[in-house]
Amino acid sequence: MTFAELMIEVGRWATVGIAVVMILIGLFFLFVAAVGVLRLPDVFTRSHAVSLTDSLGALFLLGGLAIYQGFTTNSVKILVVLMLLYLLNPVIAHATVRSAFRCGLRPGSSDDDDVLV
Amino acid sequence: MIQAHDSVIVRKMSRVLIPLIQLYALYVLFFGQQGPGGGFVCGVMLGTSLILGILVFGPDSQPYRLAQKAMHGDGVGLLIFAGIGGLCLIGGGQYLNYSGLTIPGIDTDVERHYLGILLTQVGVAIDIAVTAISIVFSLAFIDDDRDDP
Repeated sequence: MTFAELMIEVGRWATVGIAVVMILIGLFFLFVAAVGVLRLPDVFTRSHAVSLTDSLGALFLLGGLAIYQGFTTNSVKILVVLMLLYLLNPVIAHATVRSAFRCGLRPGSSDDDDVLV
Repeated sequence: MIQAHDSVIVRKMSRVLIPLIQLYALYVLFFGQQGPGGGFVCGVMLGTSLILGILVFGPDSQPYRLAQKAMHGDGVGLLIFAGIGGLCLIGGGQYLNYSGLTIPGIDTDVERHYLGILLTQVGVAIDIAVTAISIVFSLAFIDDDRDDP
């Protein structure tokens, strides 16, 4: 094994390691977002928990997948999906919270029973 | 009855996103021979893009009129699907066996299969899109002159 082959091998393993670490960080943020949706009391706080999903979780998860793929057409498709998520998810959260505010809900006005407001 | 949405953010972003959705639907339709996708997914995406336009821009807008025009093409998808099958039957094969598809200029077996699958998927896409739009019309635009239940 020459020195160039050794460097290529080290680069490949480093790429896989960085991708695995990024995917694990993204999965941690997605888990926190799911727990927040289940546990928080109000529609406003729940929508705040959902916006963790696109702000950091999807960024780390899809970025890790794109790094694992390398520079191919698949990584370009993954980045297009990431761009569409960043365009779509704030609009969805904005429309949901605006509708809730128009219907008369206010932040912090939820009584502590298990009614899903 | 659906009114137009009055939020500036939702209107602008829908105006940006509806052509992207339709372009991606066509990509899925033509890519469906080498990967995931096909006519069903393309029809769902075309129908939902028009439904998004109806929900955001209201019944006095261009997507509503386009959807009303698209409702007239109700049986075109079924006609295309069964017509390709009938062409295969005329050419001497079984129904929807694309080796018997006789179109002048298409000679090899591979081209016949490619063209036959693509045309049947186009028919499926048209039918699914019209079905989705008709479901939304039936549910959302009920006449207001009935008594309250």
